[in-house]
Amino acid sequence: MKVYVDNAATTKMSRTAIDAMLPYMEALYGNPSSLYSIGQAAAEALQRARETTAKCLGCEAREITFTSGGSEADNQAIISAAALGEKKGKKHIISTEFEHHAVLHTLNKLEKQGFEITLLNVHENGIVTKEQVASAIREDTCLVTVMYANNEIGTIQPIAEIGAVCKEKCVLFHTDAVQAAGHLHIDVKKQNIDMLSLSAHKFHGPKGIGALYARKGIQLTNIIEGGAQERGKRAGTENVPAIMGMAAAFEEACGYIDKNSAKISALRDKLIDGLSKIPHSILNGAREPRLPGNVNFCFEGIEGESLLLLLDQKNVSASSGSACTSGSLDPSHVLLAIGRSHEIAHGSLRLSLSKWNTEEEAAHILKAVPEVVAYLRNMSPVWRDLKESKKKFIL
Amino acid sequence: MALYSEKVMDHFTHPRNVGIIEDADGIGEVGNGKCGDIMKIYLKIKDGMVSDVKFETFGCGSAIASSSMATEMIKGKPLSDVLTVTNKAVAEALGGLPAYKMHCSVLAEEAIKAAVKDYYDKNGIEYPIDSPICPAV
Ligand SMILES: Cc1ncc(COP(=O)(O)O)c(C=O)c1O
Ligand SMILES: [Zn+2]
Repeated sequence: MKVYVDNAATTKMSRTAIDAMLPYMEALYGNPSSLYSIGQAAAEALQRARETTAKCLGCEAREITFTSGGSEADNQAIISAAALGEKKGKKHIISTEFEHHAVLHTLNKLEKQGFEITLLNVHENGIVTKEQVASAIREDTCLVTVMYANNEIGTIQPIAEIGAVCKEKCVLFHTDAVQAAGHLHIDVKKQNIDMLSLSAHKFHGPKGIGALYARKGIQLTNIIEGGAQERGKRAGTENVPAIMGMAAAFEEACGYIDKNSAKISALRDKLIDGLSKIPHSILNGAREPRLPGNVNFCFEGIEGESLLLLLDQKNVSASSGSACTSGSLDPSHVLLAIGRSHEIAHGSLRLSLSKWNTEEEAAHILKAVPEVVAYLRNMSPVWRDLKESKKKFIL
Repeated sequence: MALYSEKVMDHFTHPRNVGIIEDADGIGEVGNGKCGDIMKIYLKIKDGMVSDVKFETFGCGSAIASSSMATEMIKGKPLSDVLTVTNKAVAEALGGLPAYKMHCSVLAEEAIKAAVKDYYDKNGIEYPIDSPICPAV
């Protein structure tokens, strides 16, 4: 049995998505900008994909720009809002400490260009409040960007409430919905979202394709210059097969949100309950509101990479926020943001589920993880110090 | 898994000399929880030789594999040889480590040196080399 529980990293493609792509690699390989029939067939397909994507978000087709993925959509949204702000002399941006690096690094770049960035603290429960956003907004704020759901700890942010605050204060609101799209109900109009990023490979679509929703009237700044594709806002011949795969995957995912969520969150809760029994461990992020598939724990006294390698030996593919899995000396900025100490953050484990995970797999995980944790603790000098009361347990 | 060589995985999944020595003659602990790897080495010394060695490690795959390999390399060796074991030698014996993982093997070298120094200090012997040893935090 191979247990894949790293669906927040990427997902297996659905049959529907693959089937939607194939015709555009075989018979209908034309360039959508070409005048002859296979080109126009591709252009029509592209339009259908745009309508499908828009319908899933509650917006209009022309408000969708296809990008190379979530990172590009985040970059373009933020750079565009910054450019619009700068024109009006507004150079203050609000975000949070636990955003994805696609957002944080873009903000770093803007900071070097003279923008002022406020990163909101994240409460230990992994949730930022509308009050925090409201009190950070200033006269010169041009953008609020808060992720829809966190990719590591799965906590869902009060997006509609934050959207309402931004609308009231006339500040643009962007949300990185890469982990939410296809898993949670989104309605950009009702939730007052001005811009939203999504990525196909997180909902059983292909990798390297995503979309940026930008409310009409918001002028986008090009990240990629060249031809007039995507209404001149994103140059380059469209990746038609990938776009078709994304639209099909998105439509399928959005059609089954309630059914999938019920099934996946039941497994999630079983895993959370089971892993909570491991002594000196803690669930990262509030239990609710939480992505249906996210489980994230810290285990005191052990390090995450060795945990992952040993789980891999037991056929469990998962991830961790430890430094040694990232190649840097610092553990996950998300875990640090919610107040975990370095020592504790190194011992984290993220399990992210999909609709294809089963009860048997959950049972396997609930056997494998406690075994591996106990084994590693048994050879850990940190654990010995804790056990022999030379150091105090944090968890 | 392609991240690590077979040798590393062998030492990681079947680490040699794990444990503690209750009446150790020298103990060295290096690294800190902040950056993610901590290594503790216990030595038993007899006639200037390492007669027994055990380790405990909190850390990643290469930290555990490096500890295991390092203990194998010094077991039964005279202390003069033990002090010449470098992190490069440990990494080479493991069939190489990814570049960004080399610092994990440095800890193994430092832990050995710290343990030998501890033994020397306890016995009033001057520690012959002045390479820095990062204390555990
Ligand atoms: C929250 C979040 N934002 C952005 C991204 C980047 O998406 P992509 O890999 O499509 O560029 C990811 C993917 O890891 C993510 O989880
Ligand atoms: Zn390491």
